[in-house]
Amino acid sequence: MTRLELDTTIGPPRRLTTSEEGTIMDTQEIRSSFAIHANRRRIKEWILTKAILGATLVALGVLLYLVGSVLWDGLPYLRSEFFVNFPSRFPDKAGFKSAIYGSMWLGALTLVFAVLLGVSAAVYLQELAGKGRIQSWIELSIATLAGVPSIIYGMLGLGIFVRFFGMGRSVIAGALTLSLLVMPVIIIAAREALKSVPDSIRMGAFALGASRWQTVRDHVLPAATPGIATGVILAMARAMGEAAPLIMLGALTYVAFVPESIFDSFTAMPIQIYNWASRPQAKFHDLAAAGIIVLLGFLVICNSAAIILRSKWGAKKP
Amino acid sequence: MSSSQRWAGVSAWQQWRERTVLRALFFCALISVLTTLGIIYILVNESVHFFAEVPVLDFVFGTEWAPLFEPRHFGVLPLVCGTLLISLGALVFALPIGLGIAVYTAEYAQGWWQKVLKPILEILAGIPSVVYGYFAITKITPFLQTLYPETEVFNAASASLVIAIMVLPTIASICDDSIRAIPKTLRDGAYALGARKSEVIFQIVLPSALSGILASFILAFSRAIGETMAVTLAAGATPQITANPFVGVQAMTSYIAQVSMGDVAHGTIEYQSIFAVGLMLFLMTLAMNLLSQFIVKRFARKYE
Repeated sequence: MTRLELDTTIGPPRRLTTSEEGTIMDTQEIRSSFAIHANRRRIKEWILTKAILGATLVALGVLLYLVGSVLWDGLPYLRSEFFVNFPSRFPDKAGFKSAIYGSMWLGALTLVFAVLLGVSAAVYLQELAGKGRIQSWIELSIATLAGVPSIIYGMLGLGIFVRFFGMGRSVIAGALTLSLLVMPVIIIAAREALKSVPDSIRMGAFALGASRWQTVRDHVLPAATPGIATGVILAMARAMGEAAPLIMLGALTYVAFVPESIFDSFTAMPIQIYNWASRPQAKFHDLAAAGIIVLLGFLVICNSAAIILRSKWGAKKP
Repeated sequence: MSSSQRWAGVSAWQQWRERTVLRALFFCALISVLTTLGIIYILVNESVHFFAEVPVLDFVFGTEWAPLFEPRHFGVLPLVCGTLLISLGALVFALPIGLGIAVYTAEYAQGWWQKVLKPILEILAGIPSVVYGYFAITKITPFLQTLYPETEVFNAASASLVIAIMVLPTIASICDDSIRAIPKTLRDGAYALGARKSEVIFQIVLPSALSGILASFILAFSRAIGETMAVTLAAGATPQITANPFVGVQAMTSYIAQVSMGDVAHGTIEYQSIFAVGLMLFLMTLAMNLLSQFIVKRFARKYE
């Protein structure tokens, strides 16, 4: 193993000149650790750099393969019948209609509940609350809730909404469960947005005689709206993809109709995808891929909206 | 109303409005406490009925889980073993790759590439878990079967692999933040002593960012434990104690999902058993999250 070979593989040789050796390293000991191990250190650097790059490329490759294979399998099934037919035992007739409608019902209701609860709680904690024992309890429970697995929210929904309030396996029970699930996400995002509103705006409003609520309603909230909206959109994207809590509520049933009121039973996109993916036949797997394309398309729209909002908002900020 | 009154006084209506709004907002904030208490109440309440019939020690230390068929056994260890096998397997892949991505995005990627790379990787976190479940059974399991023909249709390894992909962005983004928080002076000091870039990163920056890195690992572990749909689809429903990742296992979350998908009547012991398993799951994830918060608080160094 000669120095020349290594230098050609790793890069231009950067050997210390004699004069540098004389000035930088005085003792024999230090010179040995720098000069003798120079090659080993260079190889090590090369390996580590490539490994780090490799890790990133692996993740990107997996993402590309995932999206590509889903498109490849699902696109042939993405015909107009797919959107107008109900689920069926026969893969050629099966469609996604009840799942799409169910998800739209769920999404709309969840949006209303989650925004009301989440933004109100964030406004209270960030703008109006003092520092007391109850406030610290609220903060602690938000931090706890943010880490609770989604299936546990499903058990909560089963116990409270389905059984205790007697809502049954209805759209409203599902939407309330999903609202509680995304509430911590919205609270945390909305508080960040409120925090970034400069204090000068509040001081200006107070100086003109506005009360606390007037200040928040007329000045702080409008200034924080783009940030809050970004958080809400991302939280909704999460809610639309959740299957586990809905399965806990008992939503995994054959639903061949579109919900017409909030008390109707329902199915949703991720549940229907689960249903198809769990069957052994390959044709149903391709149907699942088609459903995944619809679901991912929806999530892409959500995320693009969030990115656009974020970039516009960021540009306006002084 | 004269102008002097408008400045000095606040009308009764306005006072009432301020108080009402404050109370309404306070109530909304209180919902999070009520949700937490509700979760604990539901889990504990049903578990108490369960533990009236099954001794706690039999549950925690029992090695056989057969809740649906006679003779019934309620030993939770096979489920815990399934959960741990899957999530530890996921971490084996996710930790080095996630940390590598964080180092790359924080230290190596530059310019526009760095700006697009993070959002692209965060797409991985936004993909619903049922999609990963589909990916595991249609793509990863067949791939594993060509590598190792004895792989069963449902196996822990494919679940581990997709969960590793799912938690990658969690690890990468938290590690990235804590690497960026290390001040430049620390790096410059190391460069001045003649260290190479990789040496600065691995001997100076990463040890300094250790608290954030550990916290991200624990959070990823907690997410892996609570993951449901991918595990249910990919790992199967055979509760057993094994260290072989190529056979089917049942995780705690998949048991809960399996029972709730069947028609199990309210009030039966099978119904109550999912709440006992859920309580255990809740306590495990809670412990992990508290631990990661504790690590961040206790070991985080403030650089000014």
